[in-house]
Amino acid sequence: MTMECVNPEGLRFNQMRSSSHQTLETRMRPILMKGHERPLTFLRYNRDGDLLFSCAKDHTPTLWLAHNGERLGTYRGHNGAVWCCDVSRDSSRLITGSADQTAKLWDVKSGKQLFTFNFGSSARSVDFSVGDHLAVITTDHFMGVSSAIHVKRIAEDPQDQVADSVLVLQSPDGKKKINRAVWGPLNQTIVSGGEDAVIRIWDTETGKLLKQSDEQVGHKEAITSLCKAADDSHFLTGSHDKTAKLWDMRSLTLIKSYTTVVPVNAVAMSPLLNHVVLGGGQDASTVTTTDHRAGKFEAKFYDTILEEEIGGVKGHFGPINALAFNPDGKSFSSGGEDGYVRLHHFDSNYFNIRI
Amino acid sequence: MEVVDIDARAAKLGINWSQVNFDSIQLPPGEDFGIESDDEAVYHDDQSEFDTGFGNIIVVDHLPVVPKEKFEKLEGVVKKIYNQLGVIKENGLWMPVDPDTKMTLGYCFIEFNTPQEAQNAKEKSHGYKLDKSHIFAVNMFDDFDRLMNVREEWEPPQARPYVPGENLQKWLTDDKARDQLVIRSGPDTEVYWNDARQKKPEPVHKRPYWTESYVQWSPLGTYLVTLHKQGAAVWGGADTFTRLMRYQHSMVKLVDFSPGEKYLVTYHSQEPSNPRDASKVEIKVFDVRTGRMMRDFKGSADEFSIGGPGGVAGASWPVFRWAGGKDDKYFAKLSKNTISVYETETFSLIDKKSMKVDNVVDICWSPTDSILSLFVPEQGGGNQPAKVALVQIPSKVELRQKNLFSVSDCKMYWQSSGEYLAVKVDRYTKTKKSTYSGFELFRIKERDIPIEVLELDNKNDKIIAFAWEPKGHRFAVIHGDQPRPDVSFYSMKTTQNTGRVSKLATLKAKQANALFWSPTGKYIILAGLKGFNGQLEFFNVDELETMATAEHFMATDIEWDPTGRYVATAVTSVHEMENGFTIWSFNGIVIYRILKDHFFQLAWRPRPPSFLTAEKEEEIAKNLKKYSKKYEAEDQDVSLLLSEQDREKRKALKEEWEKWVMQWKALHEEEKLARQNLRDGEVSDVEEDEYEAKEVEFEDLIDVTEEIVQESM
Repeated sequence: MTMECVNPEGLRFNQMRSSSHQTLETRMRPILMKGHERPLTFLRYNRDGDLLFSCAKDHTPTLWLAHNGERLGTYRGHNGAVWCCDVSRDSSRLITGSADQTAKLWDVKSGKQLFTFNFGSSARSVDFSVGDHLAVITTDHFMGVSSAIHVKRIAEDPQDQVADSVLVLQSPDGKKKINRAVWGPLNQTIVSGGEDAVIRIWDTETGKLLKQSDEQVGHKEAITSLCKAADDSHFLTGSHDKTAKLWDMRSLTLIKSYTTVVPVNAVAMSPLLNHVVLGGGQDASTVTTTDHRAGKFEAKFYDTILEEEIGGVKGHFGPINALAFNPDGKSFSSGGEDGYVRLHHFDSNYFNIRI
Repeated sequence: MEVVDIDARAAKLGINWSQVNFDSIQLPPGEDFGIESDDEAVYHDDQSEFDTGFGNIIVVDHLPVVPKEKFEKLEGVVKKIYNQLGVIKENGLWMPVDPDTKMTLGYCFIEFNTPQEAQNAKEKSHGYKLDKSHIFAVNMFDDFDRLMNVREEWEPPQARPYVPGENLQKWLTDDKARDQLVIRSGPDTEVYWNDARQKKPEPVHKRPYWTESYVQWSPLGTYLVTLHKQGAAVWGGADTFTRLMRYQHSMVKLVDFSPGEKYLVTYHSQEPSNPRDASKVEIKVFDVRTGRMMRDFKGSADEFSIGGPGGVAGASWPVFRWAGGKDDKYFAKLSKNTISVYETETFSLIDKKSMKVDNVVDICWSPTDSILSLFVPEQGGGNQPAKVALVQIPSKVELRQKNLFSVSDCKMYWQSSGEYLAVKVDRYTKTKKSTYSGFELFRIKERDIPIEVLELDNKNDKIIAFAWEPKGHRFAVIHGDQPRPDVSFYSMKTTQNTGRVSKLATLKAKQANALFWSPTGKYIILAGLKGFNGQLEFFNVDELETMATAEHFMATDIEWDPTGRYVATAVTSVHEMENGFTIWSFNGIVIYRILKDHFFQLAWRPRPPSFLTAEKEEEIAKNLKKYSKKYEAEDQDVSLLLSEQDREKRKALKEEWEKWVMQWKALHEEEKLARQNLRDGEVSDVEEDEYEAKEVEFEDLIDVTEEIVQESM
């Protein structure tokens, strides 16, 4: 395992609005965590905020200590890129979705595989329900199988685990990937978003489509990421249309919209301050210049309420694919196409940012 | 749309075709469904050319009236005459005969192979004297209807009532003295006021698909010209942009105004079907106000360009270069070994002939006078020196000339008030392997036009850019080696040295490759475009100090507003990312940024020159404090208002957000029990406590924010 401390000026906040154009610099040291050999796809903290799970296009999800970036272990068994993961509330179970057409349940402590759900296509996103008795898994379209949302019952004892789906939801356009599906308040709904740029809310009782986002105000291009608030009240979506949008989770009302200059691959919301973070960058395939500034591989901080940019965190040498806030709001981590996870602890300056 | 597409769309909208009763759909009457087409008139104009099939028939009148016996002889004579002018179709000649008297009627019809031949024959033979009493009157058959309808008596044309035109200069009377700019992004063309006080542009007019290629302001800012398939159109007027005039020129590619905006030159070139042929070029000159075509030029591209055969595909634009000054009197065209100078009174060549200048490769008008500078390169392997000459028009007298030796290339730069001409001369070194550059400086307004030679401190420096200070006596040069060349400033006259050029300063190792003087002089932007990623240095040449350095990443274009108060830098769609523009103050402070995808063009609306005399301007500059007080007060009011509005807006946003948070909290509380049940009765109070604790911290921060807002009052 490698751990490096680089770039003491990793985070720079500009006071954009103030007349004097002051620059607030926070001299925090990002921890550069190199354990993956391929681009990162997803990051997840456990509820206590002491563990960080990372998924990448290599086949091994990795567990890190969230305060110093020490690598605790890997979960070996997948045979393809791992797209997504979720950890149970008590940090005992991990669920991962992979391009090897399986979703796997793991014992967090021992790293043992507990169960494998087999699908006919790649498992794109996974999410545990409130109470951890259910999991929602989305699968891509593949060879005549259209993309779908599956709900699985997660047994208390792995011995009793069954593969059957409790509910299967079909997206109206089966040829478009569903990039993310999460549970709504009290497990009554499932919220999904994907390549067709539409956000949908489904009833988990009946499997009926309850609401979908308005074409006028909604995203114009593929939704790449979705992150919900700790209390399941609202959620943030990021899209290739270079915007992120904040929605009420019950009514699907558009509350805020954040505009940036690059396609958004990852979004996160601070649990502590009214900040949202957008990460992204030009598609790796369209980056033509060698100048790292050209791609804008910055994690951009926005004021949640005013929708204004506060500052940015540079460092990645490729688009940012994953972002996650520590539940205590005092650190966050980003995962890039460059294969690195960068763990940033905020210093006191960050908490005094005023715009 | 294909049927499949229609089906797919219908399916998407949830329409079942089989249940649609087509008769129930009611469309507005008329072929255009009640929507009037904008281009109708032009469309009809196009059509009229091909109206009838009789375009190749002419009618010859005033023939001798002959009896039957002489019929064939007359026919022979007429045939002979017209066979010289074109190919008569088989049985194309018809001479009607009076059925009673068997005499001819004194006229005949002749059908040619092509309408062109018919036209030609008509022009050539009209008025032809067969003998004393028989002078031909020839008309096109197509014209007959029109001629028949001519009334016997002349009617005086009715005087049309005078309709006052719009005030085309209204934009200059803006009470905030703002400038306008036009931008094109995506399908939209938009005109904005640059409202620097409000820190945002204020929309004036927006139209999707306003132009089919690009837009251009006329040199004095009166018109905005758009290009279309059928021709060009100019827009302007008092409040919104209305179409003032159209100029028919199908597939027009380029346009150019005369400096006094009296004439518009349009250009169209057609790629030849056979690649060995030269492309066809058509250029029309229109009167801007009346829309009348004054003259058109047709020919192969070779005649309009000086690049050797097979060199350039089209001509170098503008083909016609207009002499300086507002009267738009002369324009010149450069072609191989000739310079053709036209005057606009008759639109014909001065003295009816072009000037022969062997091997001339470049011409350049003085921006203010009718003086033409021209450059002839070396010939005969160096036996005949290269030459730069100044020629007075219309007298064609050579005012001054200078022979130059071992020259590889020359470039001419006129100072904007026509006082100086700088000629950058690239010379071969003795070995002829490399070149070095120097300048020849002509002082046009002085007696005998003295010439001065200027060499850079380091003779071998490459010259990257050169620019005269507008209306001034100074110029700037970027010289040296990339990536960090030097920038030097020179003045044609200083207080110590009135008759000689002297160097003011050299700035070492600058990241710059382009120079942009403020239109009022004094300030200059040293810009590093393209390879330098958009580095900008705002420099005050009077004080020789840098006012600000900044960067507009990847900037491709820089343009000063006509008053020199603001600068626009833009990233156009040559780059994929960060398209849009930034407005800066003259001293390098960002006023605002606008991002627009697929950003193509930005252009400030030019202003006509000021009516104030130089003395008056100086006087105002001297008493600037007195005038500026009023504006400063206004500025203050606006900024107060802005911060007030801003605060209001923030407050509203915060309140709205608080409402959401309250609602969420309430619901969260309500659902507490249900959540506990879902978690198998696990008491989630711990979580709730933590949650609450965070909330407190969160609220503290809001307090801090509010304090600051008050502070800024």
